[in-house]
Order: sequence, then structure tokens, then C-alpha cells
Amino acid sequence: MPSLFQQIQAGALWDFHGGVHPPVRKTQTSSKPIANLPLPDRLYLPVRQHIGVAGQLSITTGERVLKGQALTFADNSMVVPVHAPTSGTIIAITEHTSPHPSALPETVIVLEPDGADEWRPRQPLNIVSCDNQTILERIQDNGIAGMGGAGFPTHLKAGMSQPVDYLIINAVECEPYISADDALMQEAPTTIVKGIDILCKLLNPKAVLIGIEDDKPIAIAALKAACSQREHYYVREVPVKYPSGGEKQLIQLLTNKEVPAGRRPADIGIVMQNVGTAFAVAQAVLDDHPLISRIVTVTGETLVHPQNVHALIGTPVAALLDFCGFQAEQRQKVIMGGPMMGFTLPDLSVPVVKTTNCILAPTATELPDAGPELDCIRCSSCADACPATLLPQQLLWYSKAKDHDKLQEYNLADCIECGACAYVCPSEIPLVQYYRIAKADIREQQREALKAEQAKARFEARNARLEAEKQARLARNQQLAAAREQAQQQSGATNAVADALTRIKTKQAEHAAEKTREQILAEREQKKQQARDYQAQKAASAKQDEPTQGALSADDSSATKNAAVAAAIARAKAKKEQAALTADTATTNASDTEQPGNSEAIDPRQAAVAAAIARAKAKKEQAALTTDTATTNASDTEQPGNNEAIDPRQAAVAAAIARAKARKATAKLEGEE
Amino acid sequence: MTLITALLALGVLALLFGALLGYSAIRFKVESDPLVEQIDDILPQTQCGQCGYPGCRPYAEAIANGDDINKCPPGGEATIKKLAELMGVEAKPLNAAQEPAVKRVAFIREDECIGCTKCIQACPVDAILGASKLMHTVIAEECTGCDLCVEPCPVDCIDMIPIPVTPERWKWDLQAIPVKLVE
Ligand code: SF4
Ligand code: SF4
Ligand code: SF4
Ligand code: SF4
Repeated sequence: MPSLFQQIQAGALWDFHGGVHPPVRKTQTSSKPIANLPLPDRLYLPVRQHIGVAGQLSITTGERVLKGQALTFADNSMVVPVHAPTSGTIIAITEHTSPHPSALPETVIVLEPDGADEWRPRQPLNIVSCDNQTILERIQDNGIAGMGGAGFPTHLKAGMSQPVDYLIINAVECEPYISADDALMQEAPTTIVKGIDILCKLLNPKAVLIGIEDDKPIAIAALKAACSQREHYYVREVPVKYPSGGEKQLIQLLTNKEVPAGRRPADIGIVMQNVGTAFAVAQAVLDDHPLISRIVTVTGETLVHPQNVHALIGTPVAALLDFCGFQAEQRQKVIMGGPMMGFTLPDLSVPVVKTTNCILAPTATELPDAGPELDCIRCSSCADACPATLLPQQLLWYSKAKDHDKLQEYNLADCIECGACAYVCPSEIPLVQYYRIAKADIREQQREALKAEQAKARFEARNARLEAEKQARLARNQQLAAAREQAQQQSGATNAVADALTRIKTKQAEHAAEKTREQILAEREQKKQQARDYQAQKAASAKQDEPTQGALSADDSSATKNAAVAAAIARAKAKKEQAALTADTATTNASDTEQPGNSEAIDPRQAAVAAAIARAKAKKEQAALTTDTATTNASDTEQPGNNEAIDPRQAAVAAAIARAKARKATAKLEGEE
Repeated sequence: MTLITALLALGVLALLFGALLGYSAIRFKVESDPLVEQIDDILPQTQCGQCGYPGCRPYAEAIANGDDINKCPPGGEATIKKLAELMGVEAKPLNAAQEPAVKRVAFIREDECIGCTKCIQACPVDAILGASKLMHTVIAEECTGCDLCVEPCPVDCIDMIPIPVTPERWKWDLQAIPVKLVE
């Protein structure tokens, strides 16, 4: 049993399941030389023409650009820049119908050619002397993306780090009508082989397999001749069958390997490149010629001259059709791509892009509209035709039911949207369209699920953050309260109220002391005055009226007694007063000390309020007290001295004063109470 | 006699198997996600509160406790269907008062923003960036389109903009290639 490699070397070919044989209709264009299109008035260059992300604009409106100048630049590896296809002026950067089945507007750069076709300076690379990285950069910078249809960035595929057994060059071109690759191979086989050489240098494969359908004899001969010097390049003719140009199908045809579901060919050591891409790589590396034009098959029976043309990227489809003698029918439809996988264009201003290989303008009899969709009769022709060995009728069923789990179970993701099933279906069911809708739905759902997950994570993170902030606030408050309490305990007072009270007391004492001194001074003054008055009176009364003196003295003694009593009363009152106050303070204290225990969170506020109330009370009382204390003090300090040292008259006066003061104080106190 | 033996034998067997089943029910108990988790995973996590609950999870808890499954407008039909399946109840149409919304994102007209930070406090997924007295903006990627930030804005500078359809998000229309090859 020869090994796989030996079998391949011996020219073995395998087959894949299913496939269909639609009429090919390539001869109208394949044998004609490639025509050059005249320069169009405007070029519409979509900023994104590949799978990946758009580059950053490097030009502004009104700027003059040279042929081959990059209009966008790559800031990451998923970007493939676009270039000016000819020299001219950027007249707008705007929205324009996209070359996509949705026909949604996309950003395009509008270039007005100036006819000079003036190149930017070019620096061709010598591939022998430069390393792979430089070549890959050159490929990316020159805007090369897969030209077979998908538009995958070539530098990513060619820069693969996995070991590669086979490099397969896809020159099958299995879709009806299209002959662009055929024409290219006839015209520039040596450049293509040079491109393959570069890819070989990058990937280092064991062998290069070039797959061509056997209905292109001239192209096969040309390529075989060009490859004659290369030992491990094998040109393989595959029988005509649609879709043998599918990536997985061609791999199976040429190597008998199956790419596992959900994996890429690179995982089994295979890299596939389109023949047009190999040509573009050669141009980009050897000539520093970016991807600014491509061969497009313009065909269909409404054209007088169906043919392949060299079209600049960005040329409106209308210009291509006009060049080929387009005679529109009523309700004419124009298809971009082939009849199997292409899509109808909403209007003809849509530009040619890097992946456009065919413009098809058929007559109504050539490609009639599909008839009305009938019910599935379970004939299973579709399953027989499916090259991906799927069960299209089941997929249809579940697509209609929007049962995405079942669709995944039946491997909808492996459907290459080739349209073989729809082609054979006797009920004319547009099966592929259903799959495309289902695929878009699934993609959307996955996006939504991802977003929901993110939103949930963010929501939870936010909640966690808010909760943490709340806890932190609480903890801080508690800490502050604790600190305050501690400080109070250290200073010997239990709380703010007690503090305030002690403050008040000291102030009172001070006040009282001051008052006393003043009073003492004042009283001394008074007493002196009184003494002088008394002397004067005495002198006078001694002269006039002796007996009155006795009465006066008696009166005097009773007055002294009275004063003493009054003073005592005042003292007692003051004492009571003070007792009440202390009791009061005690209660305040008690309630205050209780409060912190009750609820710590509100403690500072409550304490503050309580303190304020207490302060207010204390102030009122202080006013009363001061007078009281002062009186008491005054009487206290005076009376003993008075009683003994000073004569009874003086004592009487002092007592009277004390009485008056005490009365005032009581009146005040009573008023308050 | 045979009858009794047979009955006895069967009875013993029944007991045996019963014990075996009972044991394995405990021993090999299948740990399943709590119901609330499962429901929460189905809900779209927009956190919009249109269901009448303050977020998706509270609604999930409510459903687990028997609330209706048709109160989530952002989730729409698909969510209701999944919930019906999970809960084993009949799928009903969305609550009449709540119609399924078009996907939208919030957009702040930045030159009108006074930087009051009210919208930040309202956004359940922290999708708004800004600081006091400075311009605010929405991170469109993170915005769930829940509307909650629109109301609190004192200068009404937040708009809800429908998400534009791009070619990547576009859903195919059935008539894109209405062609048929003839031999
Ligand atoms: S379109 Fe999909 S399902 Fe139909 S034949 Fe092609 S691969 Fe199979
Ligand atoms: S070919 Fe058409 S009718 Fe036949 S089973 Fe498939 S879908 Fe049904
Ligand atoms: S930015 Fe506004 S609409 Fe968007 S998630 Fe936040 S609150 Fe909702
Ligand atoms: S609520 Fe309005 S004004 Fe206030 S920060 Fe947000 S956007 Fe600006």
C-alpha cells in the first residue's frame, strides 16, 4: 500500500460526495483575450473589501493621490489596506451601495482619475535575499486578500506557523460562466508560478498541488509548461463537477483528507490559495504592484461582447457592462458572482472589488426566475447532492422552525452555501436562502448571548461595587463614632453633654469670681460712701434728735436678722437650684450614655442634638445661676466678715442688697419655672 | 402454596429493587443548576426593568415563583419560547402593554451635557463614562439600550438611537438570488 504522498505523486485523484453538473457556459468568454477597460469617470473604493476590519484612512478629501498609493493603512493584522488604482483626486469619502447582497451603504473613497496614471515610487523585493517577515509585510501592505471569493487576508494564511504538508492552488473555477482564472492562467502562467514560489518560500510545503477542472485545456498546458522546472509542483486535472472548487471539496479531491467539522485546513497541514491570489502575490512582491485591478468575467446573453476584462478596483459595474455592449431587457437583473453563489445587484453603480470575479447579465430565458416554492416532498435529492454530506431537507425544516439547537446538531455551520441542494430540488425551494437567514440569526443570537453575558457581568460588578461602597461608608462611620467615644472617655467625660456642662461650670465659676471681685470693689466703694453718709447723718442727728437713734438701732438689729434669714433662704434656694441642675445633668448624662448603645449609626447626630439642647438649657440656667451664685457668693463672703468686723448698719445695708438680689433671682427663677 | 411462594418472592424482589432505587437516587443525585440561574441565563440581561422588576435577576426569581413568562420586551418571542420550554408552560404572546423594542443604544449629545453624573448613577451596566462637571459619553458596545439613563438627565441630552444594520448584521432576504439554471 503506497503512502498518501506516493499516491498523490502518482497522480491519484479522489472524489467527494454529491455535487451537481450545471451547464458551464464558459466558452463565450474563455477563449477571448482579456480586454482593457477604458478609465472610468469615478472609482468607488470601499475601505473594506476583505474579511476583517477596515483600515484607517490615510488621505483626506481633495488630496491628489498617485497610482498604487495606499489610501488606508493597517494598524493591526486583520486589516488589508486599499490603494489608489490610478492617479487622481479624492473627491469624497462617503457612503455608497456596497457590493454585498444586502446592498447596505458602506464607506467608500471616491477617486476622480486624472488620466496621467502616474505611479508612486516602487521598490521591488529580491525574494532570495529578504526574510519571510519582509515578504509578509509587503503582501499585507500591498493589500492582498484572497481573490477566490471570501477575501481572507493572504498574509495571515501565508504566515501560518503550523507545519504545512501541502499547498493547494485552487484553479478549479467550477462555477458556471466564470472564466477569469482560466484567462489569467492562459495569459500569465509564469507570473503565477513565481507567486507560487513565494508562497512556497513562506510556507515550505512538501508538495504543491494545482487543481484545475479538465475543461480548461489551454490553461492546463500553459501551467504545466510553466511548472516544468519545479519538481514538487503537480498540476492535477479534476473532472468537471460543481462545487469541486470548494475548499474542503478540493482538499478531498486532491489528498483524500477530510477537514473535521469546525476546523480549518491548516489544522491538517494544508493551505489553499486561489490562483489569482498567487498572481497578485507575485506582483506585489516582485513588482511592488499593489492589488489595484483584477480580471472580471463580464458575461450573459444580453451582452454583445461577453469577455474577460482587466478592471480597476472601484470601477462601477455599469462601466463594465457598457464596455461589453450591454442591452438591458425589461426587468433585467445583473448578478455579481456566478449563478450559483452570486447575488443580484440593486443598482449598477456598485463597484468591482477585490473578490469580484464575474458580472453576469443574463436574459430572462437564460436564467429564468425561480418558480413558486412548493412543499418539500422528501425526495432527498438535496441530500444526494450536498457536497458537505448534510441533510438539507432537515436543515430546511429546522430553519423554518427557527430551531437553532437542532440546526447546530445537524451541522448547519458546515454548509458552504454552494446552492447544489437548491439546484436539484424539484420543489424549487430556495434552500440556501433559508440557511443563510438561519446562519445570520444564529450569529446574531451568539452576539446577543455574548452581550448579555457581558451586561450581566457588568451589572453584577456594579452591584458589587455599590455594595462595597456602602459597606465602606458604614465602616467609616462606625470607626469615627468609636474614635469619638474613645476620645471622650480619655478626657474623663462621658460625652459631649458632660463636656459642655463642665465647660459651663468652669465658665460660671470664672464669671462668679469676676463678679465677686467687682462686687467687692463696688461694695467697698458703697460702704465707704455709706460710712461717710452715716457719719454725716450721725453728726446731724446727734445735734438734732437723740432718741431716734435708739429706734434706729433697734430697727437696725431686726434688719440684720432679716437680712441673715433672707440670705439663708437665698442660699438654700441656690443650693436647691444646684441640686436640681446636677440631677438634670445626671439625667441628661444617663440618657446620653444610653443613646450610643441604642443605635450607633445615628449616635453622633443625636448626641449633637442632645448636646445642643443641653447647651441651651444650661445657658438659660447659667443666667439664672450666675446671679444666684453671685448673690450667694456675695452674701457668703460678706456676711461673716460683715457680721463681725463691720458695724450692724453696714451689715444691714449689705443684707438689704443681698435680699434684693435674692428676690430678683427668685423672681427670675419662678418666672422660668 | 405456590401462590404464596410466588407472592413472597415478588414481594422480596420489589423490596430489594425499591431499596436499590432509593439508594441510587441518593447516591447518584444529579446536581442541576438552580432554577433561578437557568432562567436568569435565558433573560437578555438588559437590566431595563421593563418587566416591572429591578433587573433581570429579580424577574428570574419572580418567574421561578410563578410569575408570567411574557414580561420581557427586549427578550421578545425567542426568550418567551425558551422560558416556556424550561418552565414547561404554554408560550404566550408578549404582554400587550409591552411591545418588543428595536435594538437601540443611548447616545449623549456631548456639547449639551452639563456633567451632572445623574445618568451614570442610573446606568445598570456602567456603560457611561464621565466625571462631575465634565462631558459624559456612552460606551456604545456596552450599552444594553435599557433607556434608564434618559429620564434622569436634567437637560434631556440623551437620545436612544436604533442600531444601524451593517452588512455583517444583515439578515438575508429570501429573494436575493431568484434564479434558476436551465439546461
Ligand atoms: S448549500 Fe449547504 S446544504 Fe445545500 S448542498 Fe451546499 S453545502 Fe449542502
Ligand atoms: S430536494 Fe427539495 S423536495 Fe427533495 S427532499 Fe430536498 S428539499 Fe425536499
Ligand atoms: S447607557 Fe443608558 S440605555 Fe445604555 S445601558 Fe446605560 S442606562 Fe441603559
Ligand atoms: S444626565 Fe445628562 S447632563 Fe447629566 S451627565 Fe448625564 S448626559 Fe450629562
